[in-house]
Amino acid sequence: MKPLQKQIGTGMNRVDGRLKVTGAATYAAEYELPGLVYAVLVGSTIAKGRLASLDTKAAERAPGVLAVVSHLNAPKAPGAKPAGKDPSQPQTVGNPLAVFTDDKIRFNDQPIAVVVADTLERARFAAGLVKAQYAQEAHQTNLEANRPQAFLPTQAKKNPKSPVADYQRGQVDAYKTGALKLEAEYVIPTEVHHPMELQAITAHWEAPDRLTLYDKTQGTMATRRDFAKQWGLPEENVKVVATFVGGAFGNALHSWPHESAAIIAAKVVNRPVKLMLTREQMFTMVGYRPHTWQKIGMSATADGKITAITHEATGQTSTYEEFTESTLGQTRMMYQAPNLTTRYRLVALDIGSPIWMRGPGEATGAFALESAMDEMAHLLNLDPLEFRLRNYTDQDPERNRPWSTKFLKECYQAGADRIGWSKRQLKPGMLRDGDWLVGYGMGVGTFGAHRGASKANAQLLPNGTVLLQSAVTDIGPGTGTAMTQIAADTLGLDPAKIRFEWGNSSFASAPTQGGSAIVNSVGPAVQEACLALKAKLRELAAAGNGAFAAARPEDVAFADGHLTLNGNPAARATYADLVKQAGGTAVAVDSKPGPDGQKYSMYSFSVHFAEVRVHPLTGEVRVSKLVSCADAGTIINEKTAGNQMKGGAVGGIGMALMEHAMIDDRFGRYVTKDLADYHVPVHADAPAVEVFFVNQPDPHVNALGTKGIGEIATIGVAPAIANAVFNATGKRVRELPITPDKLI
Amino acid sequence: MNQFQYARPSKPQAAIRAVAKDANAQFIAGGTNLVDLMKRGVMTPQKLVDINRLPLNKIERQNNGLRLGALALNSAVADDKLVRERQPLLVQALNAGASAQLRNMATVGGNMLQRTRCPYFYDTTMPCNKRAPGTGCGALEGINRMHAIFGFSDKCIAVHPSDMSVALVALDATVLVSGPQGDRRIPFADFHRLPGDTPQKDTNLERGELITAVDIPDAPFTRHVSYYKVRERASYAFALVSAAAALELDGNTIKAARLALGGVAHKPWRLTAAEQVLVGKPATEATFRQAAEVAMQGAKAFKYNEYKLKLAPNTLVQALKTATAA
Repeated sequence: MKPLQKQIGTGMNRVDGRLKVTGAATYAAEYELPGLVYAVLVGSTIAKGRLASLDTKAAERAPGVLAVVSHLNAPKAPGAKPAGKDPSQPQTVGNPLAVFTDDKIRFNDQPIAVVVADTLERARFAAGLVKAQYAQEAHQTNLEANRPQAFLPTQAKKNPKSPVADYQRGQVDAYKTGALKLEAEYVIPTEVHHPMELQAITAHWEAPDRLTLYDKTQGTMATRRDFAKQWGLPEENVKVVATFVGGAFGNALHSWPHESAAIIAAKVVNRPVKLMLTREQMFTMVGYRPHTWQKIGMSATADGKITAITHEATGQTSTYEEFTESTLGQTRMMYQAPNLTTRYRLVALDIGSPIWMRGPGEATGAFALESAMDEMAHLLNLDPLEFRLRNYTDQDPERNRPWSTKFLKECYQAGADRIGWSKRQLKPGMLRDGDWLVGYGMGVGTFGAHRGASKANAQLLPNGTVLLQSAVTDIGPGTGTAMTQIAADTLGLDPAKIRFEWGNSSFASAPTQGGSAIVNSVGPAVQEACLALKAKLRELAAAGNGAFAAARPEDVAFADGHLTLNGNPAARATYADLVKQAGGTAVAVDSKPGPDGQKYSMYSFSVHFAEVRVHPLTGEVRVSKLVSCADAGTIINEKTAGNQMKGGAVGGIGMALMEHAMIDDRFGRYVTKDLADYHVPVHADAPAVEVFFVNQPDPHVNALGTKGIGEIATIGVAPAIANAVFNATGKRVRELPITPDKLI
Repeated sequence: MNQFQYARPSKPQAAIRAVAKDANAQFIAGGTNLVDLMKRGVMTPQKLVDINRLPLNKIERQNNGLRLGALALNSAVADDKLVRERQPLLVQALNAGASAQLRNMATVGGNMLQRTRCPYFYDTTMPCNKRAPGTGCGALEGINRMHAIFGFSDKCIAVHPSDMSVALVALDATVLVSGPQGDRRIPFADFHRLPGDTPQKDTNLERGELITAVDIPDAPFTRHVSYYKVRERASYAFALVSAAAALELDGNTIKAARLALGGVAHKPWRLTAAEQVLVGKPATEATFRQAAEVAMQGAKAFKYNEYKLKLAPNTLVQALKTATAA
């Protein structure tokens, strides 16, 4: 037998690539069930108040309409509570906004009715006929105006060790007495995820107490839990299918009103109901990166040692949920600062709830921290890379314990070499390319190498294929491909003989895809399932073949039509015989994080280097080169991992230069309503992104050595670009996005 | 979207009659803007008269100039050999607009007739005198960073979004129109209107009038031209400000000049006074600055578009520099 090629670390093609490029992959809105009907939401046109009346008569009479459902006639979901009952619940996400439970309006475009018809066009037409009258109340949609009302999150009040509680080491606000100090405010506007695939759900009550959802979600188990709870059903009565997800970036981490609405509509018409949001609705009801104000105070010695940092952040949340994120985490552990203060606050506005958006709070916080690092380096007349090296931490200064692994210096070096950092001038505005000013900047990112408990199932099929199943979703990073590679190497089997099935809550339980944690969590589950399968197969084979009885499980090898043993090719146990044995070949494992998380601080690290060109007359900024370097542990698939880094970097360009959802506070309504108003980068904005991985295993996270990529791909990109703009122009933009008006 | 009737005549006169007699009828060509507006309920025609079958898509030489059929696609015009040789400014402006996919659908006539992208116009729950006369101007005291600095009224501060039209007004084009009362020719500068008290009217077309072609007279602007468009991303975005500059140079001396701005007014903004400043002067940045100063006379900003008072003259200077260097 030819020795099998090791798959981990290669750039194996995506197992679902062909399905995706040929259109054969089925997304949530593409399940054409028999009897399927279409739902369209009617949204409120005020931000706060009460529905005084709702006239649905014309809509009900419109051709093809099956039902118009609102708070006036919606069936009660036993577990659905009106939103806003207890916003102080420490669990800040996972409570889907119950729709149609009362007449309260909590944000603009809140669903007030859902129209179901036999075609999408008829449903949309009828939705336009629903007329609402409101008893309007004064709303608040402006973060800046409401900052005086900022409050400490309830979870921080309850638990001083909460990551959003006030943090202190050394002296409070010690930067104020520093000889060399800076103080600056930074602002991130509201940004919206806007994956290519719109939020969509097909809801089907297969029986009065059995619900199947084809849903755009990042977590089939979480969605199942939410809606089982909402309808008072045993979890096993709810099935959630999310085989393909067309990007999400965080906005499918939460259950949302439109999902509740589709389920209610399906209950009312007793037929499967499809509901897909419009691009406009993607702004208003499925989360966003919250508008956040930050302030950094920093002091340093003349030789470039940071003596103190104070980092404050105030982010927006809704009136009915306390959404928090880890905006200040990176500041507490990234640099060796003996005195460090962080304060995190929230402002509750009459806007739908935010939700984590790629990089989440860390990307917001890193914009402030890494901009301030650049500002301090400039004040010190020091190279910003040298400044960071002088404050490098060899152990976690927040928890005073070692890093599990940290290869950030290697990333610095690799990135500096690749961008051509030596060309950078200390003094801004010194480099030109024709009319354009040229500048270089860097930004550092970090994110916890999280691992959660995950199960996995494996079995051998009669044709010699190994089937693995996990409820995990693949929102684009190539989870299915990575798991196939891990299984191939663990089993010693050709990846073509492995079928990894995912995205279904009926499969083995897995965490929600998010927080860069999936390969860390599901990877070892797959690995352990494959090892368990080998042990099981050896045991089964041993029943009829003494050679197997004496063999170690790892020597079990897969041949054509039968198992054999490494070093003993004569040993045979046919697949057909094995699968016939009592109990079958199926194995199930429950993989849990080990104890090392208590001893080590586990983080992925990244550094991004940007080269920008700024037009001095027009203020146009073009990112001409980006280099992204990551210490993300073992790289399972260099191609899909590189793809994540590039996508994250392009997302960072959007954050730095263009993404900005704007609300007219007089109406409490977004004025950016589509992708012509809300800009994300196009191809012409994205240079070739050069990616470098240290690719050193972290033995403490899991046996694979992975640490996670998704977030660090974005965290630090925006400040790298902002710092490069400063280096090009001498202009420091502290409020994103850096649009031409801010530079001329 | 409302229900509507649909007709697809094959003769211009039939199309004109169909729209002339029905106040709720509307021509449709590429539909790249109208269909969006109908989906959002911003425009609710009861009848669409599809003119795509009319024989109006030729691009040809005509009377010492070029004639662009009203149905010639934006991409076809931009790729046309005659246009590329004789009117490179127009080619640059067309290619700066929208995306390749949209340019493959959008027509010359439709491009001129596209509506403003003012967000208050697009949101039927907000005030907008252009969409719903008498409801007020949402942008006046709203988010007006994309809005006009010239020619606005207290009824409307929207800008016209077309790039192509900025080049056409600079090139002294003429719009050919057929209507119930016969044919007429409208100088391009008079085609679009300022908002005044009737911002609901974007152009001086009368009901039932159909654009059949645009004539562009020959001119010596075949080399030193630039359409410089400043936007928040590198492609596929409406202009913050754009500038069209066409120069005829004799050595370093400017013999003739054409200038226009986009993204600054309710219509493409021709700058004849600034052109006069340039003529006879050396093509230097100092000259361009003088012209830009004249161009900006009378400009006035709102809360969020103050930057245009600086960006517009800078963009004009940059367009002139680029045109000179071409």
